[in-house]
Amino acid sequence: MADLIATSACAGRLPKTIGDVTLTEIVFGAITSVAPLKGQEEAVSDALKAQIGAALPKPNRSTGKAAARAVFFGRGQTMVLGPRLAHIEGAVMTDQTDAWAAVELDGPSARDVLVRLVSVDLRPDVFKQGHAARTPIIHMPGLVLRTGADRYLLMTFRSMAGTLVHDLETAMEGVAARG
Amino acid sequence: MRITCPICGARDSREFSYRGAALALDRPDPDAGEDAWAEYVHLRENPAGVLRELWYHEAGCSAWIVVQRNTTTHEVLGAELAAEVAR
Repeated sequence: MADLIATSACAGRLPKTIGDVTLTEIVFGAITSVAPLKGQEEAVSDALKAQIGAALPKPNRSTGKAAARAVFFGRGQTMVLGPRLAHIEGAVMTDQTDAWAAVELDGPSARDVLVRLVSVDLRPDVFKQGHAARTPIIHMPGLVLRTGADRYLLMTFRSMAGTLVHDLETAMEGVAARG
Repeated sequence: MRITCPICGARDSREFSYRGAALALDRPDPDAGEDAWAEYVHLRENPAGVLRELWYHEAGCSAWIVVQRNTTTHEVLGAELAAEVAR
């Protein structure tokens, strides 16, 4: 039996600091898609709260803390980042742990870097902490989640991890070069 | 051009893909006859003005939405979830 070595999506590429911004990979213990069936939203939300202490988020929002987050991921779909979930009655659940690359952009100029790649309004009083947006990161399907004053979690499909890191590095270099 | 998704709010039009006039919501009955089906499949109004269209929020929340758009000015006059229109 071969001894396989598991590597993360951005293994060998991160962490990286350019200027005052640091890019690090975030590896979640589990990523689970939770899609409540019609009319089951409230029951599923309660069940999720009992399991991880966070209810189903409203559109463009997230609930919970770093160790266990529930993030809006589309119409009728929530992604739970962190803990492995037990089955919830009334919801369609899919394990997507290895399907996503997740990175965290942290530093005073993080927003300046991100506005080069994302078209949604990221002004701090509009896109507040805990706000989430399903939106392209340059051309890749992505998620942008503000997790701190100058900290953002970015996700895209795992197969695009290299491009995600490359595009972020280019933007970080551009911002750093402007001083 | 920006389209206001009923779920996500105002977003860049690049996040959406276009289906055309919102006819799919008024699909004829299977036995409606050849004329009704020929019209449904082939004939379009193509107005210079306000048109009801189907857009798919592909790079966002994945909802199908019905958008009212002025085809001459690209002004977006409103949008609602296709699932609620079809209900």
